[in-house]
Amino acid sequence: MSNSDAALTPGQVETTPAGKGLMSQETRDIIVNGLWTQNPGIVQLLGLCPLLAISNNVVNALSLGLATTLVMAVASGSVALVRNFIPHEIRIPAFVLIIAALVTIVELAMHAWVPALYIVLGVFLPLITTNCIVLARVEAFASKRSTAHSILDASMMGLGLTAVLVVLGGMREAIGKGTLFSGIDLMLGPVAKDWVIPLAHDYSGFLLAVLPPGAFIGLGLLIALRNRMQMRDGGRGG
Amino acid sequence: MIGSPYIFGRNSTSLVMLKVMLALIPGIAAHAWFFGPGIWVSLLLCSAFALGFETLILLLRGLPLKPFLSDNSALLTAWLLALSLPTLAPWWLYAVGMLFAIVVAKQLYGGIGQNLFNPAMVGYAALIVSFPVYMTQWPAPIALADHALTIVDAFDVVFAGQGAISPDAYTSATVLDTWKTQVRLGTPVETILAQPMFGWAGGLAGRLGGQEIVALMYFVGGLALLSIRLITWHIPLAFLIGVAATAGVLHLIDPTQHASPLLHLLSGGVMLGAFFIATDPVSAASTPRGKLIYAVMAGFLVAIIRAFGSYPDGVAFAVLLMNMCVPFIDHFTQPRVFGHTRTAAKDAK
Repeated sequence: MSNSDAALTPGQVETTPAGKGLMSQETRDIIVNGLWTQNPGIVQLLGLCPLLAISNNVVNALSLGLATTLVMAVASGSVALVRNFIPHEIRIPAFVLIIAALVTIVELAMHAWVPALYIVLGVFLPLITTNCIVLARVEAFASKRSTAHSILDASMMGLGLTAVLVVLGGMREAIGKGTLFSGIDLMLGPVAKDWVIPLAHDYSGFLLAVLPPGAFIGLGLLIALRNRMQMRDGGRGG
Repeated sequence: MIGSPYIFGRNSTSLVMLKVMLALIPGIAAHAWFFGPGIWVSLLLCSAFALGFETLILLLRGLPLKPFLSDNSALLTAWLLALSLPTLAPWWLYAVGMLFAIVVAKQLYGGIGQNLFNPAMVGYAALIVSFPVYMTQWPAPIALADHALTIVDAFDVVFAGQGAISPDAYTSATVLDTWKTQVRLGTPVETILAQPMFGWAGGLAGRLGGQEIVALMYFVGGLALLSIRLITWHIPLAFLIGVAATAGVLHLIDPTQHASPLLHLLSGGVMLGAFFIATDPVSAASTPRGKLIYAVMAGFLVAIIRAFGSYPDGVAFAVLLMNMCVPFIDHFTQPRVFGHTRTAAKDAK
């Protein structure tokens, strides 16, 4: 994916004067790239398998998004730390081992503390290992840049993906079931049982939105919306 | 419904669409006669939603309204979808169907002539996947219903929901639905076919069922299209042969599970599909051999989906699945170019 490589060149977007405020130009670029310009969900189109499969409601989307973000941040951080010790030829297997170990930790932790959510997310938790956005950030960014920047980059990319997941999940849940945050008690415990927001009474449901085709149509609309906003902006970035 | 290399001017597009709509009239009239005035309401609603959505998207895309609205293509899509949907369904069902047909399947793919899939069938598929309950409540044939609805009643049911009159009084399962449920319950075939709705295909010689006359009227309309050369014979014939042959083989293997080819040909959406839906010039194959392959496979899929699928009818899914194969089929069935030998054409590739 040439798109992910493009994120390497600093200062290709956001031509605001450097050194304004507390953040350096480079830091600002990393944040804007992750959240918007190079958003993994709707620009790079990486990591779509969980994005499409698990975004049928807000709670699932948010929890898988956060789990992925956590794995990404720690994976990128650790790879950046050891990047000078890994022989170039075997770097990919080494990266995958690091990622897989981290995913196992997250998976076991979720099994221990949020077992109900763990069952709902099912196979998509271990599948974070093979999620191409994790490896893409590690290979394209963390293996070449400083640790702090790598952690920031991975967190922002992860949050960008999480944001798309939550918006898509919200759309699909609202249209498909007429609620928002159903199943939030799986995430936060029985206290949150009443936090589900019913949007319409006596809503018969729109099954297509909850089924996989709904995910594709919804994602297509989000991408179209983003491109439209980009065009309005006069085509800067991307 | 024209062989594809010919390009028609805008006025001709609108005329072609109009002629196809005229050819639908006998079927619509028969439908209204046998199943009540609900069809007028659904035709009206679908047409209104189609033009509404088309206008909205044309405005969003910054395209001129008049040439695109007057090409009648949105109206034809609306009619085809209205004829595939149960009449007397809630009004929003027609709105959602037209949203998927016009906005998603047609305009998001680039508008008239650009759609990969048949718009009306995309609308149908979206609805049957999402709202199976509403999609199986068909009006009963007037002769068999407890309560015949007037056109005012029909508007009332569509807009205000089923108030005073219980839906059981005017709806019933379709022929294909009844066959599927009863066979699964283990009812003997003779008992199923003795129900009056099965008509001629059920063995009541000389007494055609309502749905059979509607199917025959679509057949007549289709012949009219053939005779004025708006469509070629390839797709309708191959489609009907595909359905009949597959259903025939299944019927021979196990007549207690699979209905006769005659019942398959004269029920559900087969006749409408063969002449009006599968022949859509944009989403169908365009080479002569390609048309035959496309339509035989579509017919085969209809019979297979009816026999083994969970939905009673399969015309929409069969047509959509074959739409997907059209670029592939067309690529491999290019006719010999005049002046070239067949081998030379192959070498050129």
